[in-house]
Parts: sequence; C-alpha cells; structure tokens
Amino acid sequence: MTTASTDIRTDDALVIDGVEFGSRLIMGTGGAPSLDGLGAALLASGTELTTVAMRRYSPAETGSLFQLLVDNNIRVLPNTAGCFTAKDAVMTAELAREALETDWVKLEVIADEHTLLPDAVELVEATEQLVNRGFNVFAYTNDDPVLALRLENLGATAVMPLGSPIGTGLGILNPHNIELIVSRASVPVVLDAGIGTASDAALAMELGCDAVLLATAVTRAQNPVQMGQAFKHAVIAGRLARQAGRIPRREHALASSAMEGRAEFL
Amino acid sequence: MNIKINGAVHEVSDDASVSSVVTSVTGRALDLRGQAADGGKLGVAVARNSEVVPRSQWAATPLADGDELELVTAVQGG
Repeated sequence: MTTASTDIRTDDALVIDGVEFGSRLIMGTGGAPSLDGLGAALLASGTELTTVAMRRYSPAETGSLFQLLVDNNIRVLPNTAGCFTAKDAVMTAELAREALETDWVKLEVIADEHTLLPDAVELVEATEQLVNRGFNVFAYTNDDPVLALRLENLGATAVMPLGSPIGTGLGILNPHNIELIVSRASVPVVLDAGIGTASDAALAMELGCDAVLLATAVTRAQNPVQMGQAFKHAVIAGRLARQAGRIPRREHALASSAMEGRAEFL
Repeated sequence: MNIKINGAVHEVSDDASVSSVVTSVTGRALDLRGQAADGGKLGVAVARNSEVVPRSQWAATPLADGDELELVTAVQGG
C-alpha cells in the first residue's frame, strides 16, 4: 500500500530565466510592521523569491532587509513601485540592478495613486527600454490578454496580470481573462495583486497561472505566519488540482452511488 | 564644498568621492571595486546628478560643489 503524500511533485519546479524554484509562491515584503515578523512570515510561506522596493538609504533603518533575504537564501526581485513614468521606472531599475546585483525587475508603472492600476502606454515603453538594456522584465500588467501578449512579444520574461487592484483583497475579478492570458502565453504568468485569502491563490493556480505574487494578504493578516502557511498550501493545492484535471461542470446532479442493488422495504 | 545627499545639504571635503560619501553614510568601508570591505552585501546604489554611477567607478568619481547624490537601498515593498 502506498502512503498518501501531500508533497508537490519534485520535478514540477518553476523555471524563470534558467533559475529553478520549488515554491510557486512569490512574496512581497510590503506592509509588515516589523522586520522580525516579516522574516517569520516569509519562512512560513516557503517562498524562494520576494519583491523589495528601492528607496533612499536611511541610516536609522539600515539595509537589514536585504541581509535578511540573503541570510535566508531568498532571491530578491526589486520592483519599481511608485513610478508613474517609463523614465522613472527605467532609472529605478538601473539603481536596483546596481544595488542588488540582479537584472531581474518587477516593472510597475502606475497611472495614479487612487487606483494604482498600470499605465499601459508607459508600461509598454518601459518594457521595451528595459529589455533593450538587458533586464529580465517581470511586467505587472492589467488583466488584459491583448496587453499581456504585447509585453511578451516585447521580450518580457514573465507577465504578471492583476487579480484586482493592489491591496484591495478583492481576489480575481476576471477569471476568464486570466485563463485567456494563460492559454496564449509562452512565458510564465504570475497572478499579482488583489489576493485576499488562500482560496484566491488556489484559484489562480487552478486557472493555470505558473505562480502567485502577494504581500499584504500575509503581512497584514491578523496572524501573518499562519496565513503564510495557508498560502503555501493553497498554491500547492491549486497547482495539483490544475494538473489533476477537474471534472466538467454539469447542469444537473449526477449520483455517485449506483442505483442497482438497493434493498427493498415494505 | 556643499553637496546634496538624498535631498539634504552636506558639507564634504574638497577631495570627496562617491566612495567616501557612501562610506560616511553607511558606516562601512569599501574596497576599490565598491564592495563592502567586511565581505557582506552593501545593497546600495548611487545616482549622481540623475546618472547611475556603477559601484566599480565610485572610488574614481570625484565630486563637485553642488552635486546631487541619491543613495538608495532595498526596503519593504510589494
């Protein structure tokens, strides 16, 4: 008799730019009240890749976040959060490459502070420039299948459609579009932004996403460590379900117990 | 001479370089390649007058009066 295993297939690594990741959960580091708490949540989530923002060096804070990630063998993915133009995003990416010695960048070019939605025009422009400068661009994009394909064709390493606006926790508002993006992409698709709880992440994986990126759903949860664990399992569950092949949806009930052989009663 | 570091005016010696400013701000000594001499990761990048200065050029980049430096590092972010 074989024993049931909850482990994900070991040959099912996520590969990006030749780098293998056992975990398909990418964590952001934003929103955590303390560095210690953040470290514990990151470890609980099992993440092997996390995003950071680039800001002015402050002696009071020190660079210990970067050191925390280095110490825990978690790869760093700098973002361009807070950039409204392609010009700012390219400059921020260049600084991140220099500071953190990686040519990976999560490209965020937002339209305004109210929606934090990507500005498609600036995003396309920045993707083109950064690819030309040798960056691996992880493009944070709207859940727009046309735009996602454009970014891929411009040379993006991964496309990262939002489930819903950053920090809203509204989950995946347009699952059909996410499925459409996945079905046409030949680069990794990472569901990014809007995740509220574990089932949202499982759904993203069931829709065929290659990974899920989230931050505040864990860092601002009442118990970040426990929520980190929940997401770790949710991403594995969603991935397994996607590979296992779900049953088709039916309009009417279908009994799973045979009707023949029932006992007869007077 | 006076230069701006992350938006604030600082007086530095006339022979100051990008390297000496990074050391004085971070408190860490640097080697000639712009790496931390203690062997750890420095995790800092510098823009001088809106141009990125590669760390390998820090020691060889003298500063001029009125220069504006931005020193950035990784902080928490989604």
